[in-house]
Amino acid sequence: MQITDKIIQKIIGNVLKYGVRSVLIISIIGGLIFLFNHSNETVAYGRFTENDRSIVDVVSGILKGVANLQGRAIIYLAILVLFCTPLLRLLLSLLSFILEGDKLYVFITSIVLVIIGFSMYFGFGH
Amino acid sequence: MTVLTFTLIMLLGAICAGIIGSLSGLGGGIVVIPLLTILLGVDIHYAIGAALVSVIATSSGSAAAYVKEGIANMRLGMFLEIATTAGAVVGALISTAAPSSSIAILFGFALIFSAANSLRKKEEHIVTQSSKLAERLKLPSTYPVVKGQEVAYGTKNVIGGFSMMGLAGVLSGMLGIGSGAFKVIAMDTIMRIPFKVSTTTSNFMMGVTALASCVIYLQKGYIVPDICLPVMIGVLIGAMIGSKILMATDPKKLRIFFAFIIFFLAFNMIYNGFKGKF
Repeated sequence: MQITDKIIQKIIGNVLKYGVRSVLIISIIGGLIFLFNHSNETVAYGRFTENDRSIVDVVSGILKGVANLQGRAIIYLAILVLFCTPLLRLLLSLLSFILEGDKLYVFITSIVLVIIGFSMYFGFGH
Repeated sequence: MTVLTFTLIMLLGAICAGIIGSLSGLGGGIVVIPLLTILLGVDIHYAIGAALVSVIATSSGSAAAYVKEGIANMRLGMFLEIATTAGAVVGALISTAAPSSSIAILFGFALIFSAANSLRKKEEHIVTQSSKLAERLKLPSTYPVVKGQEVAYGTKNVIGGFSMMGLAGVLSGMLGIGSGAFKVIAMDTIMRIPFKVSTTTSNFMMGVTALASCVIYLQKGYIVPDICLPVMIGVLIGAMIGSKILMATDPKKLRIFFAFIIFFLAFNMIYNGFKGKF
């Protein structure tokens, strides 16, 4: 039982480490393409305009942009990969608690996942 | 300002923020927000989005090492993440409705509190007894001090710590910070968990907590890739430089120096907030 716990901890450590590395590589590529195409445009971030798009719209928009090799979309992709590292960490923890037969912590981890799911729901249309 | 100059200035600024954040122990995100808003005139909502993205990046980067060493308490982190993620969702929803200037003022106060807390003397204490609830939740654990030597520690006041974590989550979601200072207080001061375990577990939790509010921010359009890119890369580089400096010098003197910089930034945020400049 102790061994599975240690192995999963190691896997989680690696997921976090390589997750961040791939985020850096993808975002630098996207950043270079973005700067190459837009470096002389002027910026205006002084006023916030609120969007209201569901996560599905956001992700499909990003994937379309990546297919067209848009710099902005590739940076967005890196940010999505970054979001996946803690999510993957949660799922791996869930797996490790299931393997250990720790019902209490399977339940606790599921609550955390449900809350993350709720935030997707609340973020749109409210 | 053109995109190129803006990106370069932000990259440099974020590197500085990452260095200050790691030397003061507050994290880069908290320093990046005043930099973006006061110096570069970016709307605080965009600054919050970029800071939260950088919080996930630094948290995942440093947590990787701690998890492997087995210092972070995974059960404790998971249990308290219920409080922080729920708080983060509430905080992010408040933030979308609240006016920019009041967010800035609250941010200033959170900054002062965190900086003051970083100057507080930390005494290592290990309790051996645990409360009943802590035992039922399997929170007491061990952590390695030197190789092969494990120290056992107990856990107290679970409900108090859990509530404080909820508050930490609200602040994190509202202000776009990791709110490490509040998390550490919940674990170290309230639950009597050893300092090293508190800081590493707090770091470990930040990614998931920030994710809960980031998903909301992403859908609301807070997360702008043009701003996030230099901020994320800069803060990561800065944090790496910071940890090198920490190994080479005495962190105590540096902490006082950087705490003053942070006080200055905080007063600026509060002053500008009251003047309605956001």
